[in-house]
Amino acid sequence: MNTELFSIVDVPIITDDVIQKVKSVNVGAITVFIGTVRELTNGKKTLSLEYQAYESMAVKKLAKIGEEIIEKWPNTKVAITHRVGKLNISDVAVVIAVSSPHREAAYEANAFAIERIKQIVPIWKKEYWEDGTKWIGDQLEKQSFESK
Amino acid sequence: MIKILLFAYLQEEIGKDSLSMETDGCSVQQVKNYIHTHYPTINLDQVMAAVNEEFSFDEDVVKDGDVIAFLPPVSGG
Repeated sequence: MNTELFSIVDVPIITDDVIQKVKSVNVGAITVFIGTVRELTNGKKTLSLEYQAYESMAVKKLAKIGEEIIEKWPNTKVAITHRVGKLNISDVAVVIAVSSPHREAAYEANAFAIERIKQIVPIWKKEYWEDGTKWIGDQLEKQSFESK
Repeated sequence: MIKILLFAYLQEEIGKDSLSMETDGCSVQQVKNYIHTHYPTINLDQVMAAVNEEFSFDEDVVKDGDVIAFLPPVSGG
């Protein structure tokens, strides 16, 4: 198991490994977000997904999210692992674990982390459908770049 | 010489994951112009630039040896 708090991996994520990174004797609450591959988006069936990252920058930006969280919610600890490569339906794409002495900060910080990932971390998702593929252009999924 | 990194649809449309550009120094905008000149069909309107892994603006300077990455809107998570 890698011990880095913020990492990009190309193998299946073991959720418990991410949880172990934020455990300590002072912790009273751990929240875990698990992002998985969804089959239907607006009625359209996804067969599989491919995630690509600018890995070195992505790790830096995940660490920056960690710094932002410590500033907003002192005494929390954050670990984030994001997977890249080809993923199938229900595969785990991202795991965020936040620990805190009390539950409120752990919940709030975890929700903040996934929103920030969708804003500043250079990772892209390509959808594979029965009738084609598309790089998804933003997290509102309103903008896209059809492959030619 | 600067190194240009390409991701997601940019990588597929250009058919390469990186390019190099001969320059002693120029602006991010000039690198965009270079791509437009060589790949006129590429749309960089929504694309962010990162110089040495930090988000950058069009007027920021890219120096010899720097790495500039063009980042389409992100869609991780």
